[in-house]
Amino acid sequence: MTPPDSAMQALYKQVVMEHYRRPRNFGNLPDATHAEGGHNPSCGDQLQLMLRLDGDRIEDARFTAQGCAISVASASLMTGALKGKTVQEASALILAFTGMVRSGEAAPELGDLAALRGVHTLHTRVKCATLPWQTLQVLLEQVRPQDGA
Amino acid sequence: MIHPPPEISRPAPMLDVRADFPLFAHRPKLVFLDSAASSQKPAAVIQAMADFYAHDYANIHRGAYRLSANATDRFEAVRDQAAQFFGAPSRDGVIFTRNATEAINLVAHSWGQLHLNPGDVVLVSEMEHHANLVPWHLITGQRGARVEAVAMTPDGRLDLEDYGHKLRDLPVKLVALQHVSNALGTVHPARQLVEMAHSYGVPILLDGAQAAPHLPLNLDALGADFYVLSAHKMLGPSGVGLLLARPEALRGMPPYQGGGDMIREVYSQHSTYAPLPHTFEAGTPAIAEVIGFGATLEYLGGLGMARVAAHEHALLSYALQRLGAVDGLQLYGPPDDRCGVVSLNVLGAHAHDVAGFLDEANICVRAGHHCAQPLMRALGVASTVRASFSVYTTPADVDALADALSEIVQFFAETP
Repeated sequence: MTPPDSAMQALYKQVVMEHYRRPRNFGNLPDATHAEGGHNPSCGDQLQLMLRLDGDRIEDARFTAQGCAISVASASLMTGALKGKTVQEASALILAFTGMVRSGEAAPELGDLAALRGVHTLHTRVKCATLPWQTLQVLLEQVRPQDGA
Repeated sequence: MIHPPPEISRPAPMLDVRADFPLFAHRPKLVFLDSAASSQKPAAVIQAMADFYAHDYANIHRGAYRLSANATDRFEAVRDQAAQFFGAPSRDGVIFTRNATEAINLVAHSWGQLHLNPGDVVLVSEMEHHANLVPWHLITGQRGARVEAVAMTPDGRLDLEDYGHKLRDLPVKLVALQHVSNALGTVHPARQLVEMAHSYGVPILLDGAQAAPHLPLNLDALGADFYVLSAHKMLGPSGVGLLLARPEALRGMPPYQGGGDMIREVYSQHSTYAPLPHTFEAGTPAIAEVIGFGATLEYLGGLGMARVAAHEHALLSYALQRLGAVDGLQLYGPPDDRCGVVSLNVLGAHAHDVAGFLDEANICVRAGHHCAQPLMRALGVASTVRASFSVYTTPADVDALADALSEIVQFFAETP
């Protein structure tokens, strides 16, 4: 009999490896209107996030990254979820996602992103999962002043 | 449990000291392989600090009462003990800091302020950890000087030819090199590095943070002008570092920090400073921790640093054999002249993911760039998994690591 998967094996098998091996929305976005780099100084992971905005709406999102499986999977799922959302909806998603990986509770608007809920049991990996989202946060801060203008 | 292949025999442990470390009694299943980041502490060290706090605590160098005088005596006795343990040229050159990083900052700012001028070079290496780079970036930036790095060889040694050329061709004012690599465990030829620097009349600082826990040292024989280390990496308390300097090298250097204890006379408008070593010890130090460090030196002296080195070397050889037999692992660093550090990657997996799986198996390692980003660039990787040893590490710890890594290799190979 094979031993049951550990929490980590289960998480990796369910979603992480699939997005790590075949990340969605990976590559440059030549007509990006906004771009931001993210960096985790403690492990050296790097991420470049690119968005094309039409007014308040995110039309397209792509990323490139040199990072661990959890950070790449998180960026892959995040960029997928962002397409078609408004800046306000994206900001709400940041809160919902960071809340989920800290508490383990997945809000309904997270959709497919709920697959990363298991990260909350891996305290040392929360930073990996949130790196793309922190980068998104910084990027969206560039957008907001124009909204008010 | 996967047993070691028959051709690889487990070494008989030279040291059997696990029972001296209370953490392992509390966490019997823990495989602790992150001693290069910070080591565990023997009961003797923990007890010495607890006893001092419970029975003898007072501030030092200032109380007009016996309790304080006794604390002062005990604190100063550790200075003598350290001078003797490391073969320091003089107790006046034994300066307590918070850690090795602060000791390097002390030299960078105080020595640099006195000696560095526009155009001067501080020579480091590509292999340094950030603590032996950033302080030099700061001071050379302030003084109009610059930092140059000695190259490393592909197998992770210092390129001695490049070192010689840079000493000859550049206006080098100070050499600042690691004694042992924190990321690869490479033991550099310290005596040769010192002789080469001195042959050009250049003083040298050696960063011994990763050497002092593993190797016997005699600094008088080694001849380095400055040598730094941290207590917490060598079974001692956190909050204590040492700058061990030849007193001549410290001459004329201005105080690093101002405050109590480092003064002779203070007026409203100016002050004069205390003689060595107190010039460089402003404010109340980590008194109980320094006393704990005295117990550390006693403990290590009892084991004998030659036996510590032999124990770790036997484990390293065993680890290199066991891990070398696992397909799908990339090992870094030279095959010999190594301390008890193994740096590796699982092919096709990120170091952080590997460390996460090891953590699930109760195995503590470090993953990342090990505060040595230039070295990682030279190796062409973003990060590695690092397993590091100490006196309490056992062949069973190495087996646990090799077995877990075999399973992780398999998991990453089988999971689509």
